[in-house]
Amino acid sequence: MYQSISTSMKRRQIFLQGIKDVLPLNIPVALFGMFYSVLCIELGFSAYFAMGTSLIIFAGGSQLIFITLLTAGAVPWVIFGSVIMNNTRNFLYGAVFSKYIEKKSRIWKIVLSFFLTDQCFAVSNNYLKKNYKSKFAHYHMLGSGMTVWAIWQLSNLVGIWLGDIVSDQLSLNFFVAITFLALIAKDLGKLYHFLLFYYQQHARSFFITYHLKLT
Amino acid sequence: MSIWTYTIIIGILTFLSRYVVTAYANTKTYSQITKKVLSYVPSAVFPSLIFPAVFYNNTNFEIYTYEVLAFLFALIAAYFSKNILVTVTVGLLSYIAIVFII
Repeated sequence: MYQSISTSMKRRQIFLQGIKDVLPLNIPVALFGMFYSVLCIELGFSAYFAMGTSLIIFAGGSQLIFITLLTAGAVPWVIFGSVIMNNTRNFLYGAVFSKYIEKKSRIWKIVLSFFLTDQCFAVSNNYLKKNYKSKFAHYHMLGSGMTVWAIWQLSNLVGIWLGDIVSDQLSLNFFVAITFLALIAKDLGKLYHFLLFYYQQHARSFFITYHLKLT
Repeated sequence: MSIWTYTIIIGILTFLSRYVVTAYANTKTYSQITKKVLSYVPSAVFPSLIFPAVFYNNTNFEIYTYEVLAFLFALIAAYFSKNILVTVTVGLLSYIAIVFII
């Protein structure tokens, strides 16, 4: 019985650590979330659609690409292709995370994959790297992932409720960009790490350019 | 195709992009080089999120923008503090101040 209480406390402790670690990264997420809802409504979509996309898709970048291309009248394969290209980094996240959760059940893998966002990867990868031998290390990922999910949904609601509280003059992407700067501060000198940037940028440009040629 | 059909398809595509490799990658077959390459994923992916947002206006590369100036403030804060909260706060506050003051 004592062992069971201790195990439960350990899980709770790691789960709370995940929440604590990811919280600073959620300041820009909340602004992004509010801005997303406002943009949805400005583009003529309903509040249900703004919330529905966040609940079903739960990926800010993909949601933004989706509503922008849909409004521009893009054909389905361009929308789906752009979303897939935007999500390619998730394959890399998965390749890194798979070694930490390979022994977990299918349900755990489904749940943790659903919450695998940039912010969750950023903080839980650091934790799992240091604590990969811990039996409950994946609770950190659950804590960080659920926190990002909850803040994303809440900020969407606030955006719908309060209306245009975020100025159009501010760049939506910059909020998110600034989040990751501190995380790579220690690697700023390793310029060859920037190669992926070119790959992703060119892939995204290809889809946008191809779409513009079609329309 | 209704917008809800689009939403569900994109939801499935996004989930699969997160799930397939996470669940089915066989890490025992990873070579030493693969493991080494994967250790660089965070520092390779995060710049790909940062740089287009800071230096690209649609598809044009631009240096003289509010974003670049605020980015420099955040960069200095990141370099000296190595603290996420400090960097985020300095970056956002300087950006908002620059946009509304200049």
